Amino acid sequence: MKPAPFRYARADSLAEATALLAAAPGDTKLLAGGQSLVPMLNMRLVRPAVLVDVNGLRELTGITPLPDGGLRLGALTRHAELAASPLVRERAPLLAEAARHVGHAAIRNQGTLGGSVAHADPAAELPAALLALDARVHITGPHGAREVAADAFFRGLLTTALEPEEILTAIEIPAPPPGWGFVEIARRPGDFALAGVAVVVWPGRRPLTLPSPPRGGEGSEVRLVGFGVGDRTLRLIGAERVLAGGPLDAEAAARAGAAAGADCDPPSDVHGSAEYRRHLATVLTERALLQAAARLAGHAR
Amino acid sequence: MTAPSDRVTVRLTVNGRPVAHVVEARRSLADFLREDLGLTGTHVGCEHGVCGACTVLVDGRSARSCLLFAAQLDGRAVTTIEGLTPAAGLSPLQESFRVCHAMQCGFCTPGMIVTVTELLAQEPTPSTETIREAISGNLCMCTGYVNIVRAVEQAVAARPTQARA
Repeated sequence: MKPAPFRYARADSLAEATALLAAAPGDTKLLAGGQSLVPMLNMRLVRPAVLVDVNGLRELTGITPLPDGGLRLGALTRHAELAASPLVRERAPLLAEAARHVGHAAIRNQGTLGGSVAHADPAAELPAALLALDARVHITGPHGAREVAADAFFRGLLTTALEPEEILTAIEIPAPPPGWGFVEIARRPGDFALAGVAVVVWPGRRPLTLPSPPRGGEGSEVRLVGFGVGDRTLRLIGAERVLAGGPLDAEAAARAGAAAGADCDPPSDVHGSAEYRRHLATVLTERALLQAAARLAGHAR
Repeated sequence: MTAPSDRVTVRLTVNGRPVAHVVEARRSLADFLREDLGLTGTHVGCEHGVCGACTVLVDGRSARSCLLFAAQLDGRAVTTIEGLTPAAGLSPLQESFRVCHAMQCGFCTPGMIVTVTELLAQEPTPSTETIREAISGNLCMCTGYVNIVRAVEQAVAARPTQARA
């Protein structure tokens, strides 16, 4: 369980890290928190020639409020910071709640937001929260900077829009939604979820990002996301459609839950069958929506 | 910029003592502590961040030493179980583990003590639920955890009141 030999370089700036990565993009890995990469190195599932340590890059740190009520989060923001930061709790309570569920304390102390997003484990909490929040992913590469919507970022199993020579630098999230919910089922606190659901509800806002917008007048924009229920962090589009144009009540939540099962394509493994995970997606979608409805009711009061 | 290298010079503090070493780039912090510094209290179990036996403190925060490379620790302060143990006898937390029989083989104990040390620094009077959640990343194959939770509760109860405030 020792990694294959590699060479190590500590980058002192984003420009340096970009140059080091550009030297051999297919054979170089960035080392941030290392809580996913190092197990893969130790098991020799990956054998890069070079590790570039980006932990010293000031450009990748900081939690900054944005004028529109949103937040910019440096890629090196640790899960423990997300869970504890008053600014994140105020402006992105869904993300703070999701961060609380990532791994154990020792993992949350080291693991980074950017690392979790770039790794894109389909059962990970933070990508699900960011997809629900309609976050934007900021990326820098040898040809300059670009940004990608979360909807276009997660492409498949551990596969994202990030190119081998690019670095994820920051995440931007819009102002907090009035309604949100986050639930997961895991065998122990800190384990990867067997299944989980994150939801964001904007009353009176037309859906903008559905592949084909549902008809239904002045409904809410609902972004429902499942994790651990497919090959990637997954929008539960069928369940979102069920809710379009109608009130968010217990009956609607139950109907959306029933629809969510068909949106999933969960894996079967030693921890749970696909059928069981599909059932969890149904139940958790309903629960997450009820959480969001309760928050909306509190908001309206 | 330093060019990528398979040997790295690190200067860090371990249990309050400055240490300088040239390490192989792939040397884990756990192996560095055990094999280069002879600090064998840090135990190596799974080597992929699951069992928690190798937990140490880095700048006061818990970390899996199998998931860090020694090369990354330049300028940092590492505290191991040796650093949490008095020169003579046991710390109050260790004593509570002894009194409550919170171990059988003892393999997980250093990681448990380190993890609980961070917990009590952040939350001096944790609930039973909080204690259970805090040690959920430290596997014990012997005890069933009941006596470990009890040991933490007793250590909390035995503290002077002002320390718990």
